[in-house]
Amino acid sequence: MGVRTWIEGWPVYRQLTGTDPLGRGAAAQSPRSKALTARTGTADSVARSVCPYCAVGCGQRVYVSDGQVTQIEGDPDSPISRGRLCPKGSASKSLVTSDRRVTEVLYRRPYGTDWERLDLDTAMDMIADRVLAARDAGWDPRHNRTLGISSLGGATLDNEENYLIKKLFTAMGAIQIENQARI
Amino acid sequence: MAEAHPVGFQWVVEAKKRGAEIIHVDPRFTRTSALAHTYVPVRAGADIVFLGGVINYILSNELDFREYVLAYTNASMLVSEDFQDTEDLDGLFSGYDPEKNVYDQTTWQYQGQQHTAQDAGDAAEDRETASGLEQESHGPPIPADVPRDPTLRDPRCVYQVLKRHYARYTPEVVEQVCGVPPEKFLKVCEAWTRNSGRERTTALVYSVGWTQHSVGVQYIRTGAIIQLLLGNMGRPGGGVMALRGHASIQGSTDIPTLFNLLPGYLPMPVAGTHDSFRQWVDSIRHPDQKGFWANAESYAVSLLKAYFGDAATAENDWGFDWLPKLTGDHGTYQQVLDMIDGKIKGYFLLGQNPAVGSAHGKAQRLGMANLDWLVVRDLFMIESAEFWKNGPEVATGELVPEECRTEVFVVPAASHVEKEGTFTQTQRMLQWREKAVEPPGDCRSELWFFYHLGRMVKERLASSQDPRDRGLQALTWDYPLYGERHDEPSGEDVLKEINGYDVATGAPVPGFTALKADGSTACGCWIYAGVYKDGVNQAARRKPGAEQDWVAREWGWVWPADRRTLYNRASADPDGRPWSERKKYVWWDPDAGEAGEWTGYDVPDFEKTKPPSYRPPEGATGVAAISGDDAFIMQGDGKGWLYAPSGLIDGPLPTHYESVESPVRNPLYRQQANPTRKLYDRTDNLVNPSPPEEHAEVFPFIFSTSRLTEHHTAGGMSRQLAYLSELQPAMFVEVSPELAALRGLDHLGWATIVTARSAIEARVLVTDRLTPLRIDGRTVHQVWLPYHFGFSGLVTGDAANDLIGITLDPNVLIQESKVGTCDMRPGRRPEGPELLPFLAGYRRRAGLDPGHHTPMLTPPED
Repeated sequence: MGVRTWIEGWPVYRQLTGTDPLGRGAAAQSPRSKALTARTGTADSVARSVCPYCAVGCGQRVYVSDGQVTQIEGDPDSPISRGRLCPKGSASKSLVTSDRRVTEVLYRRPYGTDWERLDLDTAMDMIADRVLAARDAGWDPRHNRTLGISSLGGATLDNEENYLIKKLFTAMGAIQIENQARI
Repeated sequence: MAEAHPVGFQWVVEAKKRGAEIIHVDPRFTRTSALAHTYVPVRAGADIVFLGGVINYILSNELDFREYVLAYTNASMLVSEDFQDTEDLDGLFSGYDPEKNVYDQTTWQYQGQQHTAQDAGDAAEDRETASGLEQESHGPPIPADVPRDPTLRDPRCVYQVLKRHYARYTPEVVEQVCGVPPEKFLKVCEAWTRNSGRERTTALVYSVGWTQHSVGVQYIRTGAIIQLLLGNMGRPGGGVMALRGHASIQGSTDIPTLFNLLPGYLPMPVAGTHDSFRQWVDSIRHPDQKGFWANAESYAVSLLKAYFGDAATAENDWGFDWLPKLTGDHGTYQQVLDMIDGKIKGYFLLGQNPAVGSAHGKAQRLGMANLDWLVVRDLFMIESAEFWKNGPEVATGELVPEECRTEVFVVPAASHVEKEGTFTQTQRMLQWREKAVEPPGDCRSELWFFYHLGRMVKERLASSQDPRDRGLQALTWDYPLYGERHDEPSGEDVLKEINGYDVATGAPVPGFTALKADGSTACGCWIYAGVYKDGVNQAARRKPGAEQDWVAREWGWVWPADRRTLYNRASADPDGRPWSERKKYVWWDPDAGEAGEWTGYDVPDFEKTKPPSYRPPEGATGVAAISGDDAFIMQGDGKGWLYAPSGLIDGPLPTHYESVESPVRNPLYRQQANPTRKLYDRTDNLVNPSPPEEHAEVFPFIFSTSRLTEHHTAGGMSRQLAYLSELQPAMFVEVSPELAALRGLDHLGWATIVTARSAIEARVLVTDRLTPLRIDGRTVHQVWLPYHFGFSGLVTGDAANDLIGITLDPNVLIQESKVGTCDMRPGRRPEGPELLPFLAGYRRRAGLDPGHHTPMLTPPED
């Protein structure tokens, strides 16, 4: 390091000679912070998404590195939201990455007092069996339907998901299919 | 709006900067009030008097936009001589049936209307199946040429009927019922009318708490009447804007998971009414009427082709007989009561938390405790999965885990960034989301879950000979699988099916006018036809807003047919010219195309080449019967309805009824509350007494609930997040300084809030955000609670919905949960089993003994 570099690296010098007379920006920057880059700038990929909370439909950009979501920001291109997000939308990265998320199937047996683990395939088999048994138990042949099965949800599901849900339940004869839209 | 839809509120702030005047009417001062020019505190549950007062002001001073009203509304149509108003019958319209508690709507019709309207039996069925409004949206059977009086002077014309109906809704009555001083009220009337007309438009914005009343539909109707009278519908800067509360709740209605609807607002068939395919289709399209519903057969056949594929043929009525039939109310609240009664075996909760988020939390939890099995699909451990373990009823001893038989599966869900698909936001815009990452562990999308559930069920029944399994066997379910595990269906494939395609070639249809009734097209939701136009995912369009005009048509896709503003034909005058240069939006260009075309900033909500001068030939029906100046093309008469001659269960005009629980006697009519409301009269669903019943003083205060900016609905997506939990860490109740003094409540201390259903505790926030109101000569106090809290999560608290009982709007079966009565006491509520005798004491004092019934019809007073 030469003397000139040494002097120019001195914050007071930079403050007096540079564009930051108050010493609150570039003048006070350490080499470490100078070398930092935004994780949005180095992300492997960016997905164009939409906020999952209220119905305004704010645009989100989801930044991904090494297969993990590293940041979610408002999409400035959106004519609806112009890059803005509210406290909930701004917190939606932690909705996705929270360690409180349930990531394995949990099962409570009849009269049980605690949760047990179940693998996903077993759970799906058990649910399929129960759906058919409930359909049978509540079958009403006069109206080609079952009153044994109910469903409620979800207004944060995709249209494509709701489409399959209604299609399957209707063909099964299950009519007690409801949604937050009734509430 | 600033509280619950903060980013949408930026446009209100923009408008304010450009000179718009902002008025906020709300029981509670919020962040919206803080930025409004005028804040008007009102009593919760009195909205029809407030808005009816505005209508009275408009009509008394003839401030309506007369050319618009004459051309585009039914103001000039003559109503039957037999119609009697609530002003004549002390709170009832003509045709009331005291046995069924609904109306025979025959006398509500226009003069000269040929078709028989709904009798009381039809209306009762419509209430049970929430299809009163389907009638409206499908257009009622109305002939094209009913008698009219363009001078609006005939005493039987809609304009004069409306004027008489609201004549008593004076500024003085508004003060007496809503607690709003006349000067303040008149300021709102003047601002609204001054800012409407040729040169200016006013927008009415509501959040869907408005629907959560026993007269919810009529609140919205009252707003719509004002906007029609002032010429604010179908025009830029106008309209009635419903701010819906969930990312895809609009989509969940369009492609419904609702018991009474199929995709695109086609009705689920009802036994006795829709026993054959022909009956079903004709009840939707009304063969003799005008409007686009006349093509309903194409939409219906195309849906059945999408469901049942090659197995749907003309010979088997496209598989219509495989559809299950309704016989009455199968709504979510009826279901919960049926669970308590042991009639339902299994329950799916798909991103939904009724133990906290639905009215009458205790009924919700006890219902779930009486199932064979429950499947919960969610991101986090929510109250509805854990009710058997640490719910309030476990504390009181009403529910013992070792005695609760419900088997519970928690199957974790994928988040919004771990799957691809479309949300439909509150302005009917579909926006495609790209998938960012794979979901962790066992987390799966609903697309995955239901595809595989369907596959497994179909496999199990593949060789069944039982006729009831035929529909399932025929169901098209051959979705290709993708992804790292090769087991995930593609959202885009499903979206293509929703869009619709030519059966022979598989080519996407360009829009719903291309759908056919001969089985040559399939379409999963006719109003979404066009979202995959030209084989392009139109919902994924992302041209930056800054590079487009203010309508921004190249961002996302809006149903129907990518129209951003509905009924925008009304933005031009009857001759097709913009009402003013300043408010031009869609207009007729006589020089465009071969013989003129509709053009403008938006996709015209009208046939592109039908000139304003077009008049239908004698005997025309369907689309051909729509006149060149019929702006409301889905209505059976092409007009915006100031008066609803059929379809609404509770009357052709909004009338003030008190909420089901009110401390106030209805000052306008003998009839206290909505005489057609949907009631579940059960000992486990008690209603607090209201005047003229005795003991109303036991629950003397009004409470209302709503959202905080920092939380979301039942808390499943917010009370689990550290940032949001830190921002709003505890359940609280807002009370005025006057009420705090009256009941000895300390700021930051505890209060107990009591109703006939439950008692909850909350921290007290003493604030002048709430104002005691002078109602009918006495002081009425209101309190406010957020409804986000429950017993699971990073931050917990008692659930406000536990306070609320189940009484529903008769048109749509949505609960009254925005207003009720309560008592307030200082200190915490009794814990554990002590809570039960505490509540029993209240019920005894309120006269809610077994056998107590609130009469539907209010008896005459001595």
